[in-house]
Amino acid sequence: MATMTKTASQTASSPRPSRLPAETLQQWLRDMLLIREFEVRCMQAYQNKKIGGFCHVYIGQEAVAVGCTAALKPDDPIITAYRDHGHALARGMDPKHCMAEMFGKIGGCAKGKGGSMHMFDKEHWLFGGHGIVGAQTPLGAGLAFATKYIDEVIHGGKSKKVTLAFLGDGALNQGAFHEALNLAGLFDLPVIFCVENNGYSMGTAISRGTTMGHDITSKAIGYGMDSAVVDGMDILKLYEQFKPVVDKARETSRPAFVDIRTYRFKGHSMSDPRKYRTKEEEQTYEAEDPIDRLAMTLMADYEWPRETYDQMIKEVRDQVRDSVEWADASPVPPIEELYTDVYVEEWGPYKGTSLPEMLKKNQS
Amino acid sequence: MTREIEFRDAIREAMSEEMRRDQRVFLMGEEVAQYNGAYKVSKGMLDEFGPRRVVDTPISESGFAGLCIGAAMMGLRPIVEFMSWSFSLVAADPILNNAPKMLYMSGGQFGCPIVIRGNNGAGGQLGSTHSWCVEGLFSNVPGMKMVMPFDPYDAKGMMKTAIRDDDPVFFLESERLLSTKGEVPSPEEDYTVPFGKAKIRRAGKDCTIVSFGRPLYFCLEAAEALAKDGIECEVIDGRTIRPLDLDTIIKSVVKTNYCVVVDQSWSFGSPGSEIAAQLHRLCFDHLDNYVGRVHSEDVPAPYAYNLEQEMLPNARKICEAVRAVTYNA
Repeated sequence: MATMTKTASQTASSPRPSRLPAETLQQWLRDMLLIREFEVRCMQAYQNKKIGGFCHVYIGQEAVAVGCTAALKPDDPIITAYRDHGHALARGMDPKHCMAEMFGKIGGCAKGKGGSMHMFDKEHWLFGGHGIVGAQTPLGAGLAFATKYIDEVIHGGKSKKVTLAFLGDGALNQGAFHEALNLAGLFDLPVIFCVENNGYSMGTAISRGTTMGHDITSKAIGYGMDSAVVDGMDILKLYEQFKPVVDKARETSRPAFVDIRTYRFKGHSMSDPRKYRTKEEEQTYEAEDPIDRLAMTLMADYEWPRETYDQMIKEVRDQVRDSVEWADASPVPPIEELYTDVYVEEWGPYKGTSLPEMLKKNQS
Repeated sequence: MTREIEFRDAIREAMSEEMRRDQRVFLMGEEVAQYNGAYKVSKGMLDEFGPRRVVDTPISESGFAGLCIGAAMMGLRPIVEFMSWSFSLVAADPILNNAPKMLYMSGGQFGCPIVIRGNNGAGGQLGSTHSWCVEGLFSNVPGMKMVMPFDPYDAKGMMKTAIRDDDPVFFLESERLLSTKGEVPSPEEDYTVPFGKAKIRRAGKDCTIVSFGRPLYFCLEAAEALAKDGIECEVIDGRTIRPLDLDTIIKSVVKTNYCVVVDQSWSFGSPGSEIAAQLHRLCFDHLDNYVGRVHSEDVPAPYAYNLEQEMLPNARKICEAVRAVTYNA
């Protein structure tokens, strides 16, 4: 990347985090492996034409979704853009519903009506997957407005929740992003704008599309909010750097902006030949694989046996394979679904609304 | 018990009554609070509800429309005021891509119970950018409801219905109607006006005229003039464009055998063209001529007074259209 001369791990100068329990790290590793394996199988399924439309995989960025959501409470809202499978899985969506959504099946989280770019999970406070670059940022400010309004105006208490609004570095140049930051600053909204800065908006390097691309926290200064630069390739550093931002946003009910330095190992989407960057650059980042790094830490610092890691990899592979089989077996949406969920109210040709299987099952 | 109040008061009463009833309801927009509303619709609401529920915004339509959509996903019931629907175009992505599609794209998980309201249509010599009739553009989009009240009674009753509705509602007011007066039940009477129920504003047997919102005044003026020549028009106020009450229109056309649609949006791909197409299909055997249509002329809204008047639907054009379709030209 032209302007990001330092690799992500070099930008973070903070010392190693205080020792977290091995179980926590193992869970993170498992979650990251799940996302990686899920995305690998998505790529295969896309090649096999089981997945249509656009498909943007999260390989390389796994530490971001897993580490950021680990810093939250389970009922803190999150919202993201179209590279969203990782956030759904990190938040706890069963991969079979995620895969079925990709396959356009009724068992999908949105009954096959949203697809890869539009993962929603009400139970896990995931307010989408949104396909238009930057469009989710004002919505994220609105989620924070609402949690604060509910806690303070309706219940007369103190604002308790923090919203994470994820966006890519490409969204920095959209009007909606700037309007959202201004409103969040004006209204004191407890929302953290988490920029997954992988250095490219599709094929355009950040230096070609964004002024001050070498230091995007400069955007936050103009809106009067705290900012931080976070290592997105090392989940331990990320957690250590990000958790205080979450805690402060919760405590002060103020917005923040985080530049999370990461890298997508694959193309923008499945059809991207990556001609705009060098093999050497890719290899530099691949050498920093966030999954390998955490596994090594566990084995070196926590005396975690290699066999346990191998066993974890096998379990995750089995789980994703089962998810693919489940998604394959899930029926296509019945034609009647065409006219459901258009309106809540039933009128004219519209058949009202109903929850997807994913949530119905949890209600029973 | 009724009393006569202005259109703007009717909207304010509806919003205030619903805000007293339901704490999830709040109003957000430019100049709605401290300025008391650019058109004084929200006058006094800041004093009653405070700045947390009557929220001033910067000039940032895309931002605050998107913010309110996020809040609606969380279960609040925002009312967004656009000073003019003309300004909604910079918020096209949130109001067209998010609000009406959220329920569908989330597979039924997240609805969007939001009301978006403001002035629509030509105000008075504002030039083309400020004179949008968005019903032609936006009624094309499934997932939202579109309301165009004609009088204070409907404005209040339909605003209450809109706020209570679980789906997104685009509420199209008119700057030219805000000071008009009408009989409205006293505040103790909690009435609502349902969506999808047209109202016959004038009964007649010779030709049906269908319209929405402000152009109904021109329709009634035309009907008065035509009656002097023995042509009795039935003027139907559609009230809501989505849902559209075709049944009431069809019933009238079956009786009159003639129909003229008056729609202030441009003719190409409009509520007027939709109604005409539906009637040609559903009333084919009852129509004794094509469905006549009066729209704004197919040009940008001009500034000059005489040109603007000629650009918009008016009584003269409606009379001409009725005479033409009823073979009285």
